[in-house]
This record gives sequence, C-alpha cells and structure tokens, in this order.
Amino acid sequence: MKELLTGNEAVTRGAYEASIAYASAYPGTPSTEILENIAKNKDIIAEWSPNEKVAIETAIGASIAGGRSLCAMKMVGVNVAADPLMSFAYSGVNAGMVLISADDPGLHSSQNEQDNRYYAKFAKIAMLEPSDSQESKDMIVTAMEISEKYDTPVLFRMTTRVCHSKSLVEFGERQEIAKKTYVKNLQKFDLVPAVSRKLHVILEGKLKELEAFSNETSLNVIQWNDNKIGIISAGAAYQYAQEVFGTTASYLKIGFSYPLPMEKIRAFAQKVETLYVIEELEPFMEEQIKAAGIACIGKEKIPNCGELNPEIIAKALLGAEKTLIAVDTDLVPGRPPILCAGCPHRGFFYELAKKKNIMITGDIGCYGLGGADPLNAKDTCICMGAASSMGHGAQKIFNKFNENMRTVGVMGDSTFFHTGMNSLLNVAYNRSNTITVILDNRITGMTGHQENPGSGFTLQGMPTKIVDIPQLVKALGIDNIKIVNPLNLQEVKEALDWALTFDEPTVIITRWPCVLKKHSEKDKNEFGNYIGTCKVDEEKCIGCKMCLKTGCPALSFNKETKKVKIDVGQCVGCKVCLQVCPKKAINKVGE
Amino acid sequence: MSEVKNILLVGVGGQGTILASKILSTGLVEAGYDVKMSEVHGMAQRGGSVTTQVRYGEKVFSPIIDKGQADILVAFETMEALRWLDYLKPDGNVIINDYQIPSAPILIGKQDYPEGVLETIKSKVGTTVIKASEIAKDLGNVKAMNVVLFGAMVKAMKLTNISWEEIIADNVKTKFIELNVKAFKAGITADIK
Repeated sequence: MKELLTGNEAVTRGAYEASIAYASAYPGTPSTEILENIAKNKDIIAEWSPNEKVAIETAIGASIAGGRSLCAMKMVGVNVAADPLMSFAYSGVNAGMVLISADDPGLHSSQNEQDNRYYAKFAKIAMLEPSDSQESKDMIVTAMEISEKYDTPVLFRMTTRVCHSKSLVEFGERQEIAKKTYVKNLQKFDLVPAVSRKLHVILEGKLKELEAFSNETSLNVIQWNDNKIGIISAGAAYQYAQEVFGTTASYLKIGFSYPLPMEKIRAFAQKVETLYVIEELEPFMEEQIKAAGIACIGKEKIPNCGELNPEIIAKALLGAEKTLIAVDTDLVPGRPPILCAGCPHRGFFYELAKKKNIMITGDIGCYGLGGADPLNAKDTCICMGAASSMGHGAQKIFNKFNENMRTVGVMGDSTFFHTGMNSLLNVAYNRSNTITVILDNRITGMTGHQENPGSGFTLQGMPTKIVDIPQLVKALGIDNIKIVNPLNLQEVKEALDWALTFDEPTVIITRWPCVLKKHSEKDKNEFGNYIGTCKVDEEKCIGCKMCLKTGCPALSFNKETKKVKIDVGQCVGCKVCLQVCPKKAINKVGE
Repeated sequence: MSEVKNILLVGVGGQGTILASKILSTGLVEAGYDVKMSEVHGMAQRGGSVTTQVRYGEKVFSPIIDKGQADILVAFETMEALRWLDYLKPDGNVIINDYQIPSAPILIGKQDYPEGVLETIKSKVGTTVIKASEIAKDLGNVKAMNVVLFGAMVKAMKLTNISWEEIIADNVKTKFIELNVKAFKAGITADIK
C-alpha cells in the first residue's frame, strides 16, 4: 500500500520497520513531528528531552546498552549536541544510532541557515540525505544497517522541504532485530586520552571503508540520459534539478553524501561535457570535488543564500526567464506572525516596553514576537538559553563603565529548562543585577504545544513530575523572586519596579497558560476557563488608539466611526486592553 | 495524465487550508495520480500568511510551485490573492473568498487594507469571487468556508469525477459531515469564470 506522508511521518515508519527501540528529541521546526509521530508507536520508547545535548546523550546510552536508537533535532540543536556527537564518533556504536538534523534553508522558522552536512565531515561520521518521503523511510532502515556494519553514528540530514512535503510512500516489512548484548568495553566507550588516541586511528580506517561503500552503494546512483550535461545533486535540490532538466541531462544522485563516492564522481565527470553540482546552501560537495581535481560548476552560478527552487536553478544555469503576471506585491501589506489575542506575554511586554534605559535580551520562542511593532520590547535574539547569560555579560559592562542601563533577560519555561537554567546559575554565581524573566506559559508554545518538564505530562501524555520553577530558581542561588499574573498590568509594573531597585539578581516569573493550550484539570483549577469577551462602549471611546498599542489582533480601528472595534471571534476576554484604556471605555461582557 | 498540474492554496493561519489540502491530496491519490504537497509549518499558527502547494500528474519531482506555474490560485483571504498572484500562470484562474482579515500593520494603523483588490485581479486573470464565509455562515458554521472554496476549485480544475463526499466524510468529525458536504455542494455549484 502507498500512503501520502511528510518526510517526518515517513521517518517514523522507517523507525518502526528498522526496529528502533529508543527515540529522543527536543522540539524544533522542522523536526518536531518526528517524535510526535513516533510517540504513537508502542514498540518504541519515545521521549522529549530538555535539550538536544541531553537528547543525543540518551540515544547514545541506548545504543551502547544494545538498543537501536534515533535522535531528532533542528539544525541549530546539533550545535548544542555537538560535544557528545564529536566524541561518540570516536567510540562508535553498539546497536545502530542515527542523528536526524533538520536544516532550514530559507529560514522559514530559524535564526540562521547553517548547513549541517559539515558536521558529518567534522565529526567523521557517515551521512545520508533523503530527497523525498519514500527515501526518508527507506534510508532510516539503511542508516541502521550502515551504523552497525561500519560502527558509526549516522547523520541523517533532512531539510524543511523534505520534512514537511508530502509524497507517496510504499511501506516495507518490519525487521525484527534482536537487542545487542551489552558488554563492558573500556577500550571503546571510555574516552580517556589513552583510549581516544587509538580510537582516532581506528576512526580514520572506518572512513576509508565508508568511502569504499559510498562508491559501491546504489544510494549513489547514476541515471544516464544525454551526456552533454551531467548533474551531481542531493536532497531536495535533486528533485528541483529533475524538474528543470528532466531527461535532457544525466544525473549522479547522491543519497550517501559523506564520505562522497569520489571514484564514482570521477568516472561520471569523465563521461559528461559539462558538470554541474546543484546543492542547497553551501558548496559542501563542490569543494570536495574540486579538491579532488575534478572540474565542475556550482556556487559561481547557484546562490548559497536562501532556499533553492526550480526557478532559481533554471535561471542560473539555463538563463531561463518566464513571463509573469505583473503585480506590485510591495503594495500588499505584510502579514507577519503576531502574539495571539489573549496571549499572556502581551501584558508583560506592554509594561516592559515602557521602561527607559533597559536592554532586553530575548530568547527563542513566541515571546520573540514581543519585539515586533507595536510592542517593540526586544534588543537581541541569538539562541536558546542566551537571554539571561547575555543580559549578565551586558550588565557587567554597563556597570563597569558606569552607564545607567539595566538588562532584562526574557525567556520561556521550556527555554529555561533547555539551557536557561545554566545561564541563571551563572547570574547567581557571578552576581550581577541582571533581571531575569521566565514567561511560564505552562507549555512549549512556538513549536505547537509540546509537553516539557514543567507541564506535568510526558510526550505520550502520561502524568509525570512537575518541576517547580520558583524552587528551582531559588536552588540556583536567586534570593529575590516574584511570581506575577502577566494579564494584570499593575502587578507586572510593580514587579518590574521592584526588580529595578535591586543591586543583585532578581527573577520575575509570569505564570499563565498559553491561550491556545488545552487546559489540564490542574490548569482549570488554577486559572479557570476563558469566559466572556471585551466590548467597546462607543459612547466612551474617544478613538485615542491607546489600546492598539497592545498589538492585540482582536482590536482594530474603524476609520469611519473613529472608534475601536473588538472582534468577538478572536477575543478571549483577557482584559489587557481594558486596563490600558484611559477612558474606561472597554468592558468585559458575558462573564 | 502526463502533464503536472499545480494548485496553490493561500490564506491566513487558522483558516483551514490544511484540511482542504488533505482532502484534495487524498482524492488525487485515490484517482491514481503521483502527488506532492508542500506546506510550511512553524509560525503559521500565530496569524501569519500560509500556503499549501499541491502538484499532481503521472510523475512529480519538485514539491513546490514556482512563480508563473500555478494552474489555479485559491485565496481564502482577499489580499492574500494579490500577494501570491504572480505564482499563477498568465492564463491561470483565481478563486477568491470575498473575506478580509486585516494583518498586524493594518490593525495598528501603519498601513491600510489595499483598495480594489478584486478589480485589480479581475483585470489581469480569470477570476471567480465567492462569498465563501457568508455561504458557510448561512449553512451553520463560518469555518466550513474552506470546503466551499474547495468545491469551487474542484469544479474549476475539472476534478468532479472523484468521490469527494466520501473523502470529506472520512476527514471530518461525524457531527460536521453534513455541514461540510453541504459546503462542498455549495462550492461545486458556484459559477466559475
């Protein structure tokens, strides 16, 4: 049977067919649905980890204990996981282990567009690159075989288009793979210098064997058509190349992309007149092919910035220009993502934005949207967990040079568990008067509501221990802690004023669930249900637009009546706008 | 069946483009086509602009539709049609929901909702304007406007020989089947330009 699946769903099927026993991940677009789907399978232990380093370490432990394991993350997550990855490459596996890196060319939902293929070369491990959903399934099965045969973790490199595009997948049979026996082996798994020196030599030998495999395997396959143009390509770019050139060119399709099949490439190059290397992002293959003395055309024509598509390739290599419908799309107002109506972050950012002489170090999550118009409450966003640590470093400099500036580091609950905890520990240890704010919305919001150590449920929705954030903050060494309701502006204002009086670390925790979250019984008891909406009293509204400064999408200004209107379809009655109105023209109705 | 056809659905996060594309792709697979579909997830839930691209034919390579390649553009929101218009083939068709959702720059008064969008588009390509949200509201639930638009698209793309009503029934909750089938019928009987 054939099913239309996303690449992420296909990986899940592959994990089942390959008898993978353990899977872990930290959510991150475009990788998140891999674990969400694996969790539906009772044969696989599947877990959210607090961060990517923990995720890969648990998968490494599972492999060493003898169970096939998988670990998934977005590309920047691999930076967090790089420490164990680089050394696990030395020890190798017991049962097979695959690390899925979901890259995001075009930055659909990321802070950079790094090309993680370099991690395979850097760590000296095997790499597979599926180009559609069928390959995403099949290659997971193959990755396990390669991992065990060549004693290497496998980097499984996907991209947004492979993860999130649907194509037809034909299922295979499940392979019943017995657990491998665990045998204590210090010469393999105890990476002290004396052991690692030997393992490095062994690793170089494994790479030679992998290159021989790369030249033989049908994962790297030549399709002969016309020999005037030869194309070497991998991943989504291969599909685009086929779209553009069809049968007018010959292809060497690379599925096993590290080590590259250099002998196969050389033979292919000799038989074609012009050789193009078509790859998304960096010249990963091209550099190696050119270093091997093989002439080819790549990044001098094809951009390394942004996502590729057939149009870009056709224009770059064939000079193809299309006639398009003439339309000035600049005239169409943008539609950026915004904090939802009723978002608990809105009230906090509204008050924070009023403070003068502050630098707001942000983090990765929905609250990054607090930096947009009209709230404009953000100075920086670099990576997960950086809010508090960057705020600390900046505060130290402001203090050293006697500048009248305070820093406020803003992160979410899941970000706090990810790496924000370490940053806050540093603030407590190295004493700065940085203000740290943990926007606890009781869930991992931006990636679509994944459970986390503070939410009370596991990936499968089973009840588990709820980490007490205030207790944890206290244990990290913070003495000054305030917990506030972010929908109560007076409470937020007082907490910020309170924090600004201290010459030592303070933490403000805003506690209110994400407006889109399905409330648990515990949530219902603590926060109640959303009842009623806000309504503008047109008699009282003077059209001052103060309420519009909250940036709530339920509010709009009617130019004819010069009054504000509230969309009852969106309003949940959070009452933030009501508190902002100077004329008390907004009331809550239907309570 | 050799030529690849391209359907581009555009709208705003939360408008139900995903359900429409799920029904569409299920039907196309049942009809024996090779199908590829691309959606970008991530921040769409937060009110951003969303697209779903569906390509079908005997053999499909790229999952994405380039500019100037769509046979039909279905806009769930009016000004989104203008934003994506140059993805349409010059002789392609547009189906537009006559329904405006102001975006953030409009809500805070920095920009105005563009005027005369429908007239601009009508002057360039074959355009069908449907009051899908109103039709759905009259049927009992404004959210079913996605299936009204879907019905009109099925007619415009001459895909009426697929058993859509059964597929809709398989893809929505039991209590919403009747509503969605009615919405589909309302769409498929629309007057397509």
